[in-house]
Amino acid sequence: MTVVTHDRKDQENRADQEGGKAQEVRAWRGFGGEEWRERIDVAAFVRANRTPYEGDASFLAGPTDRTRAVWRKVAALFPEERGRGIYDVDTATPSTITSHAPGWIDRDRELIVGLQTDAPLKRAIMPNGGLRMVENGLRAYGYEPDPFVTTVFGRYRKTHNDGVFDAYTPEMRRARRAGIITGLPDAYGRGRIIGDYRRVALYGTSRLVEAKRAERALLDARPSTEDVIRDREELAEQIRALGELERMAASYGCDVSRPAVTAREAVQWLYLGYLAAVKEQNGAAMSLGRTSTFLDVYVQRDLGAGVLDESGAQELIDDFVIKLRIVRFLRTPEYDALFSGDPTWVTESIGGMGEDGRTLVTRTSFRFLQTLYNLGPAPEPNLTVLWSPRLPEGFKRFCAQVSIDTSSIQYESDELLRPRTGDDTAIACCVSAMAVGRQMQFFGARVNLAKALLYAINGGRDEMSGEQVAPAAPPLTGEFLDYDELSAAYDRMLDWLARTYVNALNVIHYMHDKYAYERLEMALHDYPVHRFLACGIAGLSVAADSLSAVKYGRVRVIRDTSGLAVDYVPEGDWPAYGNNDDRADALAAGLVESFMAKIARHPAYRGAEHTLSVLTITSNIVYGHHTGNTPDGRRSGAPFAPGANPMNGRDRHGMAASALSVARIPYDKARDGISLTSTITPEGLGHDPAERAGNLVGLLDAYTAAGGYHLNVNVLDRATLEDAMEHPEEYPDLTIRVSGYAVNFVRLTREQQLDVISRTFHGSR
Amino acid sequence: MTRTAAAAGAVPGPPADRPAAPAVPTGRVHSWDLSTGVDGPGTRFVLFLSGCPLRCLYCANPDTWHMRDGHLATVDAVMADIERHAGFLRAAGGGVTLTGGEPLLQPAFTGEILHRCRALGLHTALDTSGYLGARAGDALLADTGLVLLDIKHFDAARYRRLTGAPLSPTLAFATRLDRLGVPVRIRYVLVPGRTDDEEAIDGLAGFVAGLSNVEQVDVLPFHKLGAHKYDELGTPFPLRHTPVPDAALTERVRGQFRARGLRAC
Repeated sequence: MTVVTHDRKDQENRADQEGGKAQEVRAWRGFGGEEWRERIDVAAFVRANRTPYEGDASFLAGPTDRTRAVWRKVAALFPEERGRGIYDVDTATPSTITSHAPGWIDRDRELIVGLQTDAPLKRAIMPNGGLRMVENGLRAYGYEPDPFVTTVFGRYRKTHNDGVFDAYTPEMRRARRAGIITGLPDAYGRGRIIGDYRRVALYGTSRLVEAKRAERALLDARPSTEDVIRDREELAEQIRALGELERMAASYGCDVSRPAVTAREAVQWLYLGYLAAVKEQNGAAMSLGRTSTFLDVYVQRDLGAGVLDESGAQELIDDFVIKLRIVRFLRTPEYDALFSGDPTWVTESIGGMGEDGRTLVTRTSFRFLQTLYNLGPAPEPNLTVLWSPRLPEGFKRFCAQVSIDTSSIQYESDELLRPRTGDDTAIACCVSAMAVGRQMQFFGARVNLAKALLYAINGGRDEMSGEQVAPAAPPLTGEFLDYDELSAAYDRMLDWLARTYVNALNVIHYMHDKYAYERLEMALHDYPVHRFLACGIAGLSVAADSLSAVKYGRVRVIRDTSGLAVDYVPEGDWPAYGNNDDRADALAAGLVESFMAKIARHPAYRGAEHTLSVLTITSNIVYGHHTGNTPDGRRSGAPFAPGANPMNGRDRHGMAASALSVARIPYDKARDGISLTSTITPEGLGHDPAERAGNLVGLLDAYTAAGGYHLNVNVLDRATLEDAMEHPEEYPDLTIRVSGYAVNFVRLTREQQLDVISRTFHGSR
Repeated sequence: MTRTAAAAGAVPGPPADRPAAPAVPTGRVHSWDLSTGVDGPGTRFVLFLSGCPLRCLYCANPDTWHMRDGHLATVDAVMADIERHAGFLRAAGGGVTLTGGEPLLQPAFTGEILHRCRALGLHTALDTSGYLGARAGDALLADTGLVLLDIKHFDAARYRRLTGAPLSPTLAFATRLDRLGVPVRIRYVLVPGRTDDEEAIDGLAGFVAGLSNVEQVDVLPFHKLGAHKYDELGTPFPLRHTPVPDAALTERVRGQFRARGLRAC
């Protein structure tokens, strides 16, 4: 729980009851449905008021001169930012919702206003997560940390990072250092929490404060146990944060205490809610939610009233997206290497079907995708289409066309999501699903399953350092690995890993709540909220292939003089994961099921529900660096495959066959998401644009029907990428998708670029 | 980690429901692949059969020339692989394509697979040079939803130089397919200096335009992605130093087909 607060007293009955009702009547004119009026329920509002759109893309408008001018102005800053790493930073002002004076890109032209600091691309510091991260970030880009900030956060104000290391056990530290548990959010913001920013537009903050007060009052009669005290304090902070949002908005001339009346206000109010969140938190993923169809209700109303035309509607969305594209955080180069570039994961979930059987696709779903043409391709916001074979054909074809033209869309199965988290589900980061405003997650990074297999062979010693990291156990000593012996040792090793991992995560999230609580984001959730503990695994394909080599082939072990197994010689024919071959695919699915069961045995902080992900962004490269030779023949240091992808070059029957292997991993055992990245050349989809779009629609339908969860689609040719490596200045916005995320290709390291190129290029034969 | 070849078992008799079909216990198979957009409509299960009577100078699959290099597979084993993907292929608007090598080198095996795919409700395509078209019985063609007919050149002498075989069987096959009403896509591999002769292409376009069953003409720019296979086989690749066609040449050739009212891409 943060103690940095601005001493503003809670405001009592800010909007008086009568005035509030009158404002709601005005703001809600023409809206239908009742449930959402009496309680905070945006999903019910969307269900009752959306206008499903079944047509094609022909109604869309291009960018206006105004849009072009604003985008040009901010885009002109990008080359300098790219060159120096960051454009500018305020080193002296720890960021809060109200810490910075208002800023503009082009005050006379902007339709949607608000920046994180007082100037575009100027980053802020957020030392609540950890002072060292801030200092290292500043020094990496040639700035000196501010002495006052160092004094306050070094001497007087403990950070999340300090707290975590006070409570880690020596075993947790060893596992972390060795890289078997890795990427933990113990020095940076955990993110992955999606505030329901739509609530600001639909209800205004006065009404939201009123609802939060009512929630808090329910706790008054409860005994003051530790849990109840914490909840009361959190609710008080949430109310305070809503007041700060109101003040920040007022500094831009917006009164968000009342509901939005027009489409422009709806976009603006929603964005100010999101802006408050990114002023307060430098989370690993700061996702937006599911806003397009909500906003469409307001746009439709204004179009119907004749106060907005299509060009004006598109302008609002374009301007909103410009803002989302320039969200920036101060991070370190090591962080950027782990996360591939400087991602913010402003994920927006688009499309899907309603529980009432009608589609949730609206014209504004198209308008969000249209920004990729109007402003050019970009990795942010992370546009995510919730795919169902039942989506309207016109929308499906437009998505496919935009994918082929920009490679900037990812897809998730609405058919898997809707039955589990409902039709108001949004994705955080790349594949983590939550019911907006009702569920949140504790982000848990991941463990390295390939390295754990090597630990099983070596009795808990690290294959690279020789250090005893896991508790000592008898190493496997045969000349060849025996499958049953290996399985048993691996199973015991995974027991230890799951226990250590879940307990480390509990420490992290206890301290994050205590020292870097997401006040504003949680103010835009229901109370009580459902929590997930989002665990994860990396190296699945390496581990599965290694097991397959031992089970179906033969693997000879090479040991050094200390008896440490350091290399392996796989022999014979064995099936590799990624060829839709049951033998290998069952090993991968079995590992996921087994590890999910193991983590669920260990109680999670605040009663969270355990989930598991198979995704790694491009940190598959970093994990590969830290893992020695593996029994599948992979060399020490070589990258893992990203996410749930098969190992590079081992999928021998084409992209669709490898997708079917991935689809065999049971989503119910990996509810935090299973990520698959595919790169296709345009020729690999068909001869002409219409055929390509049609074939991609067919692939997405078939993959979804086969139980596939997630697909990144890169449609590129090799020559383009090779040329971009040599001439990055000519490809400033070449976007490719990498495991659940789109990145600027020219911002990757050379090694990452080579990996992207060599990885599964499914061209024509 | 290659897929193990289906074991060569005892030779079963002909399927009971098709007494007219010859015994087709096994065939020689190179590999299979799922591909999109290049071997017929949608996403397809592409079965590469081993063995080919032609030796096209630009061949990208020299590893499929000899039947003996393929693995022996029963129809049942092949169908098991296909059936695992049947739902996916239907949903993706695709089907099954038999290619090679030359699938009509093993007409009974090919015919049986096409027949059983049809029975599964899958769209079927046959990729062939047409040189062995006479071996394709009417029943086989009735089970074929689309023929991808590779006509490598329209000048008989240059056809022989390019492939080592005569052109006329292919043209006869094309005419027969037209008579039977089997849908056809013509495939034409464009190699600079070898198959870019304007007059011959005009002749081909005129011939094709005279057929009523041709959906489209695919002009396929020559590529050298198969060069490494020649290295692995220790065989010289005759066109190693031949350039790939540039976009202008490819467009010119497509334009020649379009000028005859054909859909060319």
